[in-house]
Amino acid sequence: MSARPVLHSDDIARALRRIAHEILEARRGDGRLVFLGIPTRGTALAERLGRIVDEIEPGVAEIGSLDVTMHRDDLGRSATRAPAPTRIPAAGIDGSTVVLVDDVLYSGRTVRAALDALADHGRPRAVRLAVLVDRGHRELPIRADFVGKNLPSSTSERVFVRLSEVDGVDEVAISQ
Amino acid sequence: MKHLLTTRDLDREAAVRILDVAEEMAATADREVKKLPALRGKTVVNLFFEDSTRTRLSFESAAKRLSADVITFSAKGSSVSKGESLKDTAQTLVAMGADAIVVRHPASGAAHRLAHAGWIDASIVNAGDGTHEHPTQALLDAFTLRRRIHGADARGRALDGTRVVIVGDILHSRVARSNVWLLATLGAEVHLVAPRTLQPAGIDEWPVTVHALLDDALATEPHAVMMLRIQRERMVDAYFPSEREYGRMWGLTAERFAALPADTMVMHPGPMNRGLEIASVAADSTRSTVLEQVTNGVSIRMAVLYLLVAGVEEERA
Amino acid sequence: MSGLIVRGARLLGGETGDIRIVDGRIDAVGSVDPAAGDHMIDADGLVALPGLVDLHTHLREPGGEASETVLTGTRAAAAGGFTAVFAMANTSPVADTAGVVEQVEALGRQHGYATVRPIGAVTVGLEGRQLAELGAMAASRAQVRVFSDDGHCVADPLIMRRALEYVATIGGVIAQHAQEPRLTEGAQMNEGPLSGELGLAGWPAVAEESIIARDVLLAEHTRSRLHVCHVSTAGSVDVVRWAKKRGIAVTAEVTPHHLLLTDETARDYDARFKVNPPLRRAEDVEALRAAVADGTIDIVATDHAPHPDERKECAWAEAAFGMVGLESALSIVQHTLVDTGMLDWAGVARVLSTTPAAIGGLAGYDAPLAVGAPAHLTLVDPEASRRWSTDELRGRSRNTPYTGITLPGRVIATVHGGVPTVLDGALVDADTVATTAGGR
Ligand SMILES: [Zn+2]
Repeated sequence: MSARPVLHSDDIARALRRIAHEILEARRGDGRLVFLGIPTRGTALAERLGRIVDEIEPGVAEIGSLDVTMHRDDLGRSATRAPAPTRIPAAGIDGSTVVLVDDVLYSGRTVRAALDALADHGRPRAVRLAVLVDRGHRELPIRADFVGKNLPSSTSERVFVRLSEVDGVDEVAISQ
Repeated sequence: MKHLLTTRDLDREAAVRILDVAEEMAATADREVKKLPALRGKTVVNLFFEDSTRTRLSFESAAKRLSADVITFSAKGSSVSKGESLKDTAQTLVAMGADAIVVRHPASGAAHRLAHAGWIDASIVNAGDGTHEHPTQALLDAFTLRRRIHGADARGRALDGTRVVIVGDILHSRVARSNVWLLATLGAEVHLVAPRTLQPAGIDEWPVTVHALLDDALATEPHAVMMLRIQRERMVDAYFPSEREYGRMWGLTAERFAALPADTMVMHPGPMNRGLEIASVAADSTRSTVLEQVTNGVSIRMAVLYLLVAGVEEERA
Repeated sequence: MSGLIVRGARLLGGETGDIRIVDGRIDAVGSVDPAAGDHMIDADGLVALPGLVDLHTHLREPGGEASETVLTGTRAAAAGGFTAVFAMANTSPVADTAGVVEQVEALGRQHGYATVRPIGAVTVGLEGRQLAELGAMAASRAQVRVFSDDGHCVADPLIMRRALEYVATIGGVIAQHAQEPRLTEGAQMNEGPLSGELGLAGWPAVAEESIIARDVLLAEHTRSRLHVCHVSTAGSVDVVRWAKKRGIAVTAEVTPHHLLLTDETARDYDARFKVNPPLRRAEDVEALRAAVADGTIDIVATDHAPHPDERKECAWAEAAFGMVGLESALSIVQHTLVDTGMLDWAGVARVLSTTPAAIGGLAGYDAPLAVGAPAHLTLVDPEASRRWSTDELRGRSRNTPYTGITLPGRVIATVHGGVPTVLDGALVDADTVATTAGGR
């Protein structure tokens, strides 16, 4: 099995920078902007996006993470996974714009779980979704607002996202 | 992990994992919505053959916070104590759809039997069996220690180098047994203190240092002193001569408490006999973890129920 | 007169020979020519032993018929090669009067599978306070010679002294269940590292050893006979050895389970391994085997203790003490003593037949396989091997501790007073046995 790289380190950086600009452009009013990454790699991406936004418009981004393990609809069908930390900014999320951040958008089930999990923490004014890769094959009526790269793939293929914070290297690859 | 029967079954990785999950569970206590959907559609039965309101409420609250359906069955005084066998009771509960049975029983090994006799297939959580073990109590004690020592930085860590002195009726204490195995697994240095009459056979083979006298153990400047409840009936059975003598030799008196290092924690699984094994000044001090232990109990029990019941059993490679 | 011929058995495990049985007695041994009408048992490869005698059986009748009856218990006995059992007194009512012992003895006679010799209680109601009417039981039709409060220790030293003195006058023996009661209050298993770990109250060896030490001294002082039931510790063996050396009239028994199993079996809290005295350490098992081999322990007795499933399918502390043992006893003895080279088959005949009969005052077993003796015999196939299960049991209860263990040896035939009770490894049906035995 060979993995074919589709995004390299500079591609990823470019994609995130573009998403950051799009997020700021789409932002209406001057409400708070909370980036919540879905562990594990979504958390790293949320931190990167938050930093870029902060460079462009200092003080506007708040960063956290949102674990969805206990809200997954396949919880009872697979081996139990330990939940990862959820970190919500001290001011909470009420009235803010929350940007959920994940590495890959696929069936949409993780995002559905994230929306459920989010509801337990408060009521944002709006929720947006940013992903590094959208590989299609949605099983739920969910779409991303900000996409780093659309990557049409077959269900038999696997998409790997590697990030330096977690894997020591930045790369997106696809394998048969 | 299918059952939690004894802390001896936990290796370091599994023990740290439970404590870490409990950290996440504890974090939900501060949220707007405290309930998690993890055990939606699952049924947890609390099967209590022995009165223990504290432990029962702790497990009930844990299961409810995870959205499980909870059935509490206080078997004391029911058909069970009138001769219905443990096997029949368990099979009845499984027929009612129990995914997990939390069992408290006055006989050592009752939980083990439910798990391994081949009568039923549910997950079993030992909520205290006779004078054998009380694993969730030990886990919450370890959790309390770890939080006090490592604070917000506790995740992923064990208790290496932590010195814990456990004092009292080791012979009859399920809390002591569970703590000995768990604390040793987590790398803590465990000291046990009891009169010879209250030391179990074979204690020399345990991964602990045994002291007959409390002052010898306190001289090690422990990070925590755990005082076990002493039952007054033991005096009648000649384990010690009088309360006064027990208190003088093995109680955490005001003088002993004052002589401890300033940051030594004082732990007690409750309920306390003030003035016998523990002086009020020690029990009520800021170094006492007694109330934290109660709060942490719910988080630990949520973690255990979550890990045992939420998913399907892991395939062993 | 037509007879029964056992053809080609290894007599007491030694030379091959035939045995002819006529009219309930051994008519000829050696090379026997069959007479017209003789039935034949092909015993090629089988070892011929005298009928086995169990000095310690709980038949549960009267009062405990849900667990065992005289009929079901003697069927289990026959399946295990036994032709005589001594029935313990802890029934309900207790066998502390001539009436009860005569009833039990008569039931055994009526069914015919084995001779049932009741053991009388030492004290009224097994309560340890007042001597039972030992003389009346001795003089009854049941001819009681063994007295025991088994299940309870005769703990009061004065009562024990009096009992020893009293039985001497009627030629009896006190069989003591050696267990110091105060040292074993609530005791659940052998006191040791495992009891400490499992949180089960310990039953210390000293609680047995101290009673045996006291009792052998009392036996010496009263010049009376003492039998020690189910010796379970190495220390007890030392005490008995010392007493015998000193010339004290003491005999001792060990159970098959104490020759094989250790306290490690408690680790799973499976109450099938809960027994009194408890299973001990491996060192004790070794000492007990050696003691049988060197004669310090005189006999093996089963302490067959049937219990219904519900008394075992519960938490350890709530379960009953005891395990069934009649069907498996000979296999365990072969496994632990014969196959290990510690005892030959003649030795097996001694510890499982001749000596227990002698201790219990049971006639007809003093000359195994001798011409003219009553025809009690057992044919065992020592080469057979079985994975043990409850299917091997013939009594009413299923509390065997050996399930899943592969055990050697199998009883192929049992003959009780000339009446076959087991043939081709299977029990002969109850009507046939009762009729044949009754017709004699
Ligand atoms: Zn006995």
